[in-house]
Amino acid sequence: MPSSTLAAEPERSPWRDAMQRFRRNKAAVTSLVFLILITLVCVIGPWLLPHAYDSTDWDALKLPPALTHSHWWGTDESGRDLLVRCLMGGRISLMVGILTTLTSIALGVVWGACAGYIGGAVDQVMMRIVDIMYAVPYLLIAILLVTVLGRDFYLVVLAITAFSWMDTARLVRGQTLSLRQMEFIEAARAMGVSTPRIVFEHIVPNLLGLVLVYATVTVPSVILTESVLSFLGLGIQEPMTSWGVLIHDGAQMLDSAAWLLIFPALMLSLTLYSFNYLGDGLRDALDPKDR
Amino acid sequence: MLAYTFRRLLITIPTLLVVIGIVYILLFSAPGGPFDSERVVPEAIQAQLMSKYHLDLPYWKQYLLYIGQLLQGDLGVSYRYADWSVNELVSGALPVSLAIGGLSIVLSLLIGILMGALAALFRNSLVDYLVMALGSLGSVLPSFVLGPLLVLAFAIGLQWLPSGGWDHFSWPFMVLPVSLLTLINVSTLARIMRASLVEVMNSNYIRTARAKGLPIRLIVFRHALRPSLLPVVTILGPLAVSSITSALVTESIFSIPGLGILVVNGAANRDYTLVLGLVVLITAMVVLVNLCVDLIYAFLDPRSRA
Repeated sequence: MPSSTLAAEPERSPWRDAMQRFRRNKAAVTSLVFLILITLVCVIGPWLLPHAYDSTDWDALKLPPALTHSHWWGTDESGRDLLVRCLMGGRISLMVGILTTLTSIALGVVWGACAGYIGGAVDQVMMRIVDIMYAVPYLLIAILLVTVLGRDFYLVVLAITAFSWMDTARLVRGQTLSLRQMEFIEAARAMGVSTPRIVFEHIVPNLLGLVLVYATVTVPSVILTESVLSFLGLGIQEPMTSWGVLIHDGAQMLDSAAWLLIFPALMLSLTLYSFNYLGDGLRDALDPKDR
Repeated sequence: MLAYTFRRLLITIPTLLVVIGIVYILLFSAPGGPFDSERVVPEAIQAQLMSKYHLDLPYWKQYLLYIGQLLQGDLGVSYRYADWSVNELVSGALPVSLAIGGLSIVLSLLIGILMGALAALFRNSLVDYLVMALGSLGSVLPSFVLGPLLVLAFAIGLQWLPSGGWDHFSWPFMVLPVSLLTLINVSTLARIMRASLVEVMNSNYIRTARAKGLPIRLIVFRHALRPSLLPVVTILGPLAVSSITSALVTESIFSIPGLGILVVNGAANRDYTLVLGLVVLITAMVVLVNLCVDLIYAFLDPRSRA
């Protein structure tokens, strides 16, 4: 929310203010650049590299990483190129992260905005459901979901979505409660605008900043959950791979081929770190009163 | 306080029923029953099996039957481990998980609160930097990365400890798993304790106490510590839920025969009753922890008893 409006400079919108504040934050900008880079590399890389992620190089089983041969990050025990596998794993991990975040944020925003705006008994019931969902050990249910329904990519997304929307819903509800008291909403109501239109055209757009910040924090936590599922052998299945699968495989070969753990772990950790920094930067930029 | 306790208890019952309901719906929507196998079983035997486990009844009757069983403390029979009841499987695994989990919670509360408090009182000191570093480490190195790294360092590199396994609670097998869980929890707890104590120390009434000339030791122990513990208590609920994640991962990394392994294997084998029983048990424990946390919170902060 804009803390002050500068009448003298009409072109300075709150979003531009935020952009400026964000650009001054070096850590956040670096993180953003890194994330864009890693996404590009993961998307384009596998096409440019000479090896396929699922093909075996019989002359190079468990080859240590070196720049002198074509497997720069080495190979695993069945001779598959680790670099390509890390990039393919990145594709899946990032895709799960982004897709799940989009669905869970959408669900959370609609849920929270409706509960907050309609209020009364509806609000009570909706928020009680959120309370109940909080108490559920989500990983167990997610494990159950993927065992029962199968381990398809989309089912993994669904399973994680089902248990990652509650934070957003709570946050959005709180914000909606305070927005509801504002004059422009009252004016819309006085003009006879219907409830769904007030919620989606007047309340939701005002929540975008908050939602953006929240989305950047949700992506890493979703990537983590997917990795845990895959690590336990209950997520993405071979020959497809994700960072969690790679870390799991690496952990099995620790004593003889530590690079199989180190490289995927490094990629995952750097990505998580960048998302956290980006989230902090966005929060500082969009919410000046918090500084 | 009594009325609050009662109201809080009333909410926990629907939570449990809903969880059991969700799990039930999931299991019944699954393609394939627990007795589908490669072997062709005569129809009569199949029917007998189904009726023995009440699988031929309508779903709502099975649900009610199960709830009735639960009320008597019976989690049913495992479909896959023949001749084992879920109760027997659980009673073997629960002490193992509780020993590791309990030990790490006690340790991480002690270390986390102490480190967080020291970091807040001596800002920009060595402890402070350590707490900050640990905090960001915890968010970057998840349990399933940190665990194998610990194994690499202490079991494979230095060869001080076994890389996994379990032998009747003998301590060398417990050191690495407990340290892993403790490290993860300490990073959260210390960060929260630091932030909250810093805020309390900057508040008006502490300034008044200082102005009055009270020695710093008295200020900290008598005035600052109790309110600064509130956020730590709050985080214990979510921490209990996330501990399940780290426990699953830890038990799988170090091959510890605890509840986590049972869950993962049960899920992989489609052992319906086993998974259902474990989910009910673990949810009940989490709900209980949340209840305790709320009650402790209400006790520490009378304003929250609304």
